Amino acid sequence: MKVDLTVNGKEITADVEDRMLLVHLIRDVADLTATNIGCDTTSCGACTVLLDGESVKSCTVLAAQAAGHEITTVEGLAVDGVMHPVQRAFHEQHGLQCGFCTPGMVMAIVSLLRENPHPTEEQVRTGLEGNLCRCTGYHNIVRAALAAAEEGAA
Amino acid sequence: MIPSSFSYKRAGSAEEAFDLATEYGEDAKYLAGGHSLLPLMKLRLAAPEVIIDLTGLRELSYITDQGSHVAIGALTRHHDVQHSELLGRDLPLLAHAAGQVGDPQIRHRGTIGGSVAHADPASDLPAVLLALDATLVARGAAGSREIPIGEFFQGLFETTLEPGELLTEIRVPKPAAGARGWAFQKFTQRAIDWAIVGVAVQGGHVSLVNMGSTPLRAAAVEAALADGASPADAAAHAAEGTSAAADIRATREYREHLARVLTTRALTEAAARS
Amino acid sequence: MSIMGTRVIRTEDPRLLTAGGVYVDDVRTPELSAAARLTFVRSPVAHARIAGIDASEALSEPGVIAVLTAGDMDDLAPPPPDSGEGPSEAPAPIGGVWQEPLLAVDTVRYVGEPVAVVITDSRYQGEDAADLVSVDYDPLPAVIGPAAAVADETLLFPAAGTNVMATHPVPADDAPFDACEVVVEQDIVNQRVACMPMEGRATAASFTDGKLTVWHSSQNAQLCRFIVAGVLGMDPGQIRVIVPDVGGGFGAKVGIDRDAIVVAWAARKTGRALRWAETRSENLVGMTQGRAQLQRIKIGGNRDGRILAYRIDVIQDAGAYGRIGLLLPFLTCLMAPGVYDIPEVQTGFRQAVSNATPISAYRGAGRPEATAAIERAVDLFAAEIGMDPAEVRRRNLVAPDKFPFQTKTGALYDSGRYEEALDKVLAAAGYDKLREAQQRRRASGDVRQLGIGVSAYVEITAADAGAGETAKIEVKDDGTAVVYTGSSAHGQGHHTAWAMLVQDELGIPMDQVTVIHGDTDLIPVGVGTYGSRSLQLGGSAVHKAALEVKDEARHQAAAMLEAADADVVLDTATGLWQVRGDPDTALSWAQVAGHTSGGSLIADVSFAADRPTFPFGAHVSVVEVDTETGQVTMLRHVTVDDAGPVLNPVLAEGQRHGGIAQGAAQALFEEVLYDADGNPLTSTLADYAAISAPDLPSFELAASETPTDLNPLGAKGIGEAGTIGSTPAIQNAVIDAVSHLGIRHIDMPATPQRVWTAINEARKAGNQ
Repeated sequence: MKVDLTVNGKEITADVEDRMLLVHLIRDVADLTATNIGCDTTSCGACTVLLDGESVKSCTVLAAQAAGHEITTVEGLAVDGVMHPVQRAFHEQHGLQCGFCTPGMVMAIVSLLRENPHPTEEQVRTGLEGNLCRCTGYHNIVRAALAAAEEGAA
Repeated sequence: MIPSSFSYKRAGSAEEAFDLATEYGEDAKYLAGGHSLLPLMKLRLAAPEVIIDLTGLRELSYITDQGSHVAIGALTRHHDVQHSELLGRDLPLLAHAAGQVGDPQIRHRGTIGGSVAHADPASDLPAVLLALDATLVARGAAGSREIPIGEFFQGLFETTLEPGELLTEIRVPKPAAGARGWAFQKFTQRAIDWAIVGVAVQGGHVSLVNMGSTPLRAAAVEAALADGASPADAAAHAAEGTSAAADIRATREYREHLARVLTTRALTEAAARS
Repeated sequence: MSIMGTRVIRTEDPRLLTAGGVYVDDVRTPELSAAARLTFVRSPVAHARIAGIDASEALSEPGVIAVLTAGDMDDLAPPPPDSGEGPSEAPAPIGGVWQEPLLAVDTVRYVGEPVAVVITDSRYQGEDAADLVSVDYDPLPAVIGPAAAVADETLLFPAAGTNVMATHPVPADDAPFDACEVVVEQDIVNQRVACMPMEGRATAASFTDGKLTVWHSSQNAQLCRFIVAGVLGMDPGQIRVIVPDVGGGFGAKVGIDRDAIVVAWAARKTGRALRWAETRSENLVGMTQGRAQLQRIKIGGNRDGRILAYRIDVIQDAGAYGRIGLLLPFLTCLMAPGVYDIPEVQTGFRQAVSNATPISAYRGAGRPEATAAIERAVDLFAAEIGMDPAEVRRRNLVAPDKFPFQTKTGALYDSGRYEEALDKVLAAAGYDKLREAQQRRRASGDVRQLGIGVSAYVEITAADAGAGETAKIEVKDDGTAVVYTGSSAHGQGHHTAWAMLVQDELGIPMDQVTVIHGDTDLIPVGVGTYGSRSLQLGGSAVHKAALEVKDEARHQAAAMLEAADADVVLDTATGLWQVRGDPDTALSWAQVAGHTSGGSLIADVSFAADRPTFPFGAHVSVVEVDTETGQVTMLRHVTVDDAGPVLNPVLAEGQRHGGIAQGAAQALFEEVLYDADGNPLTSTLADYAAISAPDLPSFELAASETPTDLNPLGAKGIGEAGTIGSTPAIQNAVIDAVSHLGIRHIDMPATPQRVWTAINEARKAGNQ
């Protein structure tokens, strides 16, 4: 079936199997491989992208369901080569080590801050319950989220 | 992690959705938010041949004040239930519980109708709606019908919905003046987990998450409360009539103990909110 | 001012944050453009004979190119013969009676064991076709857990005559314990956990014109090449292994395992380039797992707090195949006495196979097990004599003037200030105030009780110090530098750290330094990143190479300036060479390099150390236990982790944080479970309780730097220390929270169910 959607501002038309998952359309058809797959039970959040500005787990959305919608991945966050405040905060706060969970983590936080521009630490941690990281112990990820909030990232 | 092949149909209206379901019968499943069905399909525990996508049916996503009750479209997302000002004011138990479902990403997709129709006794909203005495509206061959929620859940993942019947609306009565106290105690090990046990309280109604193959009203607790028992004394009955499962998280004995403890806490919390 | 020891954010990040890392499944290269997909058919049963494999239905599916089994491996040398010698006391080789095949031959021994591979045009077709390969299994009884393994009722390898791969018996000498006023014994479970890096295993391979290229998510490309060459019977010169970005390793990605070797073999066999990336469900049964020990401990001492004797007897579950020899229980026994000066230490172990996923290294690899045991033992002893657990520790620590300290188990601790570390962490935690708060809650019968847990630890890093590490530095005629390192970062930030070393030593700014790792064509010799060895060995190699480049440059500059070598100096602040006292003679690195016949200055070195180093520390965990539900909440976690001079506090803190989280995960949440038939019960992330952000507090790290003299950086390894120190502190804290109810021990993970059961039983016992 044919699927039309916008990814990082660019219109994409793809002819895909009905069962294609959005994350595979993003990675294999749109060739945007920053978004990663970390599990198969919608548990880990590595595949988090924005769908019409809201965070979703792209492994649990059919490409067909995303037709007609706008997808934003981490590759689409920086504007004219200037990092988004959340990306910059991750860099400054050492919020990533191996980087595998990072794109999903960043997009989850972008969405979180849009909905709650000044979260407490507890709200950040609870807001990230669907995003697993194995390297950082979350300590600096939380600091990055709070730093970005302070900078007015929303 | 890939579902087996299926044919995807997008419904443009509730009418069309129902027609497609009638056409494809047992081979077809409705897809709402997809966060109950797609995970099962990705593990190949479910393999419908036809998927009827309802996500485009914006007309089934609404939260409206109907005076004595609030009408919620079946395709209203958990996120919208969680953040609804109307519900926050008139049905805070429901708004709060919706905010406990899954994680923010899941709440951006999952719907109240999808959760109720999926009928997982470990889910939060079925038990909460049970405590709120909701009425479900379903669209079927004979037109629309109303199903009291007490009759809706039949067993594990089983409801009284006929094949092809589509949930369209959930009607939740606003609690009466003396029954505004509410609480939701969801016991998990990690924040993301399903409830090991959960207890929802609205006034004198008490319901249980994950204490049987369906959400349950704690009838013995309610009777004791009606007789004037204290929260602790009433809560002592919480495990009566339940058939809690044993799994890697908890034995049956532990679940029954948690039911009692959480019911005490929920009743105390609800009383403080009255 | 030197950059060493300053906070420098990572050079790796901008790319990772904006374009994303390039992990194996992301690699886009012409050699893989026409790659087919490889999908494994894995055993769904724990123990069975394979009666037959029928691929006919799968072969008739669209897009299926081939279905391969062990029977197709006629191009490989046969496995080493069964020597008939039975189990030995030496590390058991993989081979002989314990032989692990690539694809299962006639027996499967764990759920998830690879049985066949399906090669398809596309990924989606792969999963469909794999479902259609029909394997006939004749089930055998499953052996689950170390206790069942040593019981030898069912043998995994009948030719071995036993499941016990090796036995180092514990000296059964009770006399030292009989001389003690107080003796405590305890059986302890150090449970099986999953390594669970966020990126699972992934491999791609291409075989063209006799040359094999393998992309593999690994902690050391050079070891991969060595292994693949041996198994495939190829000259290593015909193999190139490329390790791109790696999404976490934690010990489970050292080298290359059988699944990945099959991908390389299949690429050669079929002549097609192949890609494979496992799902998480495969990962949770197919990637090696960690820990899995039963420990029987005995600790004896006097009421004045002095510990006189300690015994640990370990049963190590190897899983179905002995992937890492006897290294894990060996290290557990080596590090058994920890930071304590105990006159009598008795250790021993047995390692046995069972019908479960093979066990191998996982963050700490044998040392968390040792520390968890001794730290539990010390707390048990403290409870028995009624003394504060921090005080008992203080009375038994190796004194600062005893270093280098030879332990009774044969380890030589290089440097340590154990009491200072303990004092520091207790002060940072406000230990006395915490005890007061705990007392108040006990007095008022609060439902939510406080638990305060202490651990003091020492661990062994660069255990293979003699193997060393390699580094090559090339300074080019444009003034930039390239560092080729044998280390292999998978999150540790080596590119930043090595660039800092170069800037510090050579005055070439970090942004002019490129660091390369993980490609055997560019770095044919290297050892890799595991066992917390990289800074002390890999960093020291970079440092050594820098000094050699500097010497060579000095010599060149001297020739250019017609001066003596001894009169030529480098100003590292400006990166300029000159005759001492004569700035007009300044030459840049570019000029000096450009003056060489080759156009660049090169130093290619290896650095090995004489012995391992021993970082140490102390942790305090503060938890709250809801005594009605058994729920445990971590309130605070305070640490001292001393691995010598800190090159970059940003990186060191990150390693400590990550370590603490994995240690907490084992103490409170994670456990790999099997049912009686060997079916995994925790094979998805919905069931395996991986630790998440809301489960943890922010951490409080105190600084401590005690150098070693075993390398020029004075550095020890920080990578695993946080894990080793945190698990016992948290476990001790949970038990401490309910110790007033008479509870002395709760096994890990301290789930609500387990804690409540302990409370419930204590209450029942108390009521009798």
